[in-house]
Amino acid sequence: MNALLSINGVSKRFRGLVAVDRVSFEVPEGGVFAVIGPNGAGKTTLFNMIAGVFPPDGGSIIFAGERIDGLPPDRICRRGIGRTFQIVRPFPALSVEDNVIVGALLHRKRVGAARAHAHDVLRRLDLYDKRAQRASALTLPDRKRLEVARALASDPKLLLLDEVMAGLRPTEMDRIVAILRELNRETGLTILLIEHVMRAVMALASRILVLHHGAAIAEGLPEQVMRDRAVIDSYLGVEAIA
Amino acid sequence: MIASLIEGVPHRALALLGALLVALVAAPLVAGDYLLTVLILILYFAYIGQAWNIMMGFAGQLSLGHALYVGLGAYTAASLYVHFGIGPWLGLLVAVPVAALAGAFIGFLAFRFRVAGVYFAILTIAVAEFARVGFDHLSWTSGSSGLFLPVAQFTHNDLWQLRGHPVMFYYILLAAAVLAFIFCRALLQSRVGYFWRAIREDEEAARSAGIDVFHYKMIAVVISAAMTSFAGVIYAFYYNNLFPEQVFHISRSIEIILGPIVGGIGTLFGPILGAVILTGLAETLTAALAAAGIDLPGAKQVFYGICLLLVITTLPDGVWPWVCKRIGLAERNK
Amino acid sequence: MPADVYLNVAVGGVLTGLVYGLMALGLSVIFGVVRVVNFAHGEMMTIAMYIAVTLFTAFHLDPLVMLVPIAAVMFAFGYVLQTRLINPFITRPEYSQFLLLVAVAIIIVNLLLIAFGPDAQNVQTSYAYDSFQIGPLIVDATKAYAGLAAIVVAAALFGFFQYTRLGTAIRACADNYTGALVVGLDVKHLYALTFGLGAACVGAAGCMLLLIFDVTPAVGPAYTLLAFVIVITGGLGSMPGALLGGVLIGLTEAMAGLLFTPSAKSMFAFGILVLVLLFRPQGIMGKRTA
Repeated sequence: MNALLSINGVSKRFRGLVAVDRVSFEVPEGGVFAVIGPNGAGKTTLFNMIAGVFPPDGGSIIFAGERIDGLPPDRICRRGIGRTFQIVRPFPALSVEDNVIVGALLHRKRVGAARAHAHDVLRRLDLYDKRAQRASALTLPDRKRLEVARALASDPKLLLLDEVMAGLRPTEMDRIVAILRELNRETGLTILLIEHVMRAVMALASRILVLHHGAAIAEGLPEQVMRDRAVIDSYLGVEAIA
Repeated sequence: MIASLIEGVPHRALALLGALLVALVAAPLVAGDYLLTVLILILYFAYIGQAWNIMMGFAGQLSLGHALYVGLGAYTAASLYVHFGIGPWLGLLVAVPVAALAGAFIGFLAFRFRVAGVYFAILTIAVAEFARVGFDHLSWTSGSSGLFLPVAQFTHNDLWQLRGHPVMFYYILLAAAVLAFIFCRALLQSRVGYFWRAIREDEEAARSAGIDVFHYKMIAVVISAAMTSFAGVIYAFYYNNLFPEQVFHISRSIEIILGPIVGGIGTLFGPILGAVILTGLAETLTAALAAAGIDLPGAKQVFYGICLLLVITTLPDGVWPWVCKRIGLAERNK
Repeated sequence: MPADVYLNVAVGGVLTGLVYGLMALGLSVIFGVVRVVNFAHGEMMTIAMYIAVTLFTAFHLDPLVMLVPIAAVMFAFGYVLQTRLINPFITRPEYSQFLLLVAVAIIIVNLLLIAFGPDAQNVQTSYAYDSFQIGPLIVDATKAYAGLAAIVVAAALFGFFQYTRLGTAIRACADNYTGALVVGLDVKHLYALTFGLGAACVGAAGCMLLLIFDVTPAVGPAYTLLAFVIVITGGLGSMPGALLGGVLIGLTEAMAGLLFTPSAKSMFAFGILVLVLLFRPQGIMGKRTA
């Protein structure tokens, strides 16, 4: 399988603190790749570099054969990478529908076409019935799904999900996991996610990368990574595999 | 095309709009001279409020120096007329680009260098003040002594030269206000409108949804500036005299924003309602004071200030959304 | 023109700049702590100036002598304004607060216009035409006293914030709102106190400025704008920055008035503002805030 996204020796320093230390990995096209690790491990910093929020200090990021490190967030989105935020940021005064239309308008000129596509996405994410509600009036799980919908509407090839399961009840989480798996299976959408909830990671990921203090300490198939000594010591704890 | 413009609007509202339009068209037939001038003022502020609203209500950029574009439009057209005899409609062809360029300049400076929020507002004030003092010293436009347009006695309305009875200006401004309204409605429903609203809500999130924020902010500023300059041209030919101290003064800029804020930022009817309330009441106040023999310069401004204060503290979204809720019209285009 | 003319004008500019700095100091303090952009700042100063003018015209009381009482009145005004009107707006969006103060400014200016009329008024003290000679320097007495008073008041303010418990408490609020709440500081009261202090500052500055310039209702907005230019140039939230910015602007204004036409001197202030906003928005002494 081809690598859709290739991270090569990427580093980021914040005034003396090394947040990400020469991390390299590849996300295969059509795969679901999870990045896990304790808080402060550099996961969101890594994400932000991929999404273009700030450039890496070293290394390169290659997406679909082209270098994207250093590009601004809007250019990166137009290249085909959609993202959600750890603390959800829907457009509060706009309706659910309008939120998603904004995403759909990226590659569509006409509002009518965008609306139709937005409706499709909303149906997939189980938000169609709430499409007329203001985004600010939604519950947290709904807002999370709205963010995913908005990102999806821009027809990304790669979807970046930043701790989308946080704060969700198990039933809610299962719902999103099911939707993501279906998306991945039916459309071949590549997904790169940061997660703490191991249940979701195990249900979704085909490969896992573990970060600790900014460095990659393990990478590979879920079963291997979960049994890795270093990973257990630094993050999972022995109970996780008991 | 018309179908999409009126999509989602309840029939009641359309009927009311129609009736209002008919009333406005017929108004000069029954209105006296004084009332006519008041109506002209209302239409002027309704139009200019719409233009300002594009920048603020749609794209979220607070401009407190919009008098700059009025002044540039006014002075460009007026000086072309005075020095070269070029009529206002041709003068527009120069005035609008001049104002648009000024807007682009401010926008470029601000957005490239990430000057936002209150700082942006202060920048717009500073540029308008710069123009005010600058034009005071510009001899080609007669500096601070004022630029005067020749006012010959007219026997008929000369639409081409904009010389004529106030009624002519009334209909021009009415047409402008109606067209601006329709234009804004179309804009809001368009791709650009969606992007503007996203930017207004959350710039960073808009960026990660693929929106080129700089590009769309620039569009908002340029359109707003261009539209405003048209009002400036009308201003010049209606009043026939221009003084930098008055035209570019910050009070003018504040008058421009009062309508949309009181009426409702980001809504289509806000600027119109705001203009009606403020200008209507202000003129009534002045007339009442005059009738009582009191001449208080500054009373009108105090009134404006109190209106602004009341609206900001009690109805921050403006009067129109409140009215909407009361009469049961869902405002779709907030 | 002989060199000492430039020198005299420059010194005059610096002294006037110190008063500008004090005015801007009030604005900086208010923004630094309460985080409100006080668009009615110059207008508040105009109130103080008119009080001083009235007292002088009626009772021949020197504005500098009346400095403390007038500052106290302005303190009360600021305190009440903050408590009654501005407090609920702390959590509102930026432009909302801004517009609230725009409204207050409009009301103040025009009430003053109604009360006092548009004509310029000034204060002719006994020393209005005196000057001091220090070597080649000729310094106007009014500017000298004003400048000196500004330094004294600014020093008092510095001292208050550095060395008193109340001042430290206020600085704590500025640094960390939640932290201040957690340790039991009455933040609302402290905010009101700070706004009052800013108003007192500007009131004092007004008394000093009256010795140098005339007052009309229209100067309010002009001074507000000037205060913003100074504060942004010097650094929003930085007290030494405000004074530095004030001196810089005072100097620029004076020299521009000498070298070019006097009426164009405000263009330089705006030019500086635009440059600062573009290239160093945190100002000369400000810190880059998140």
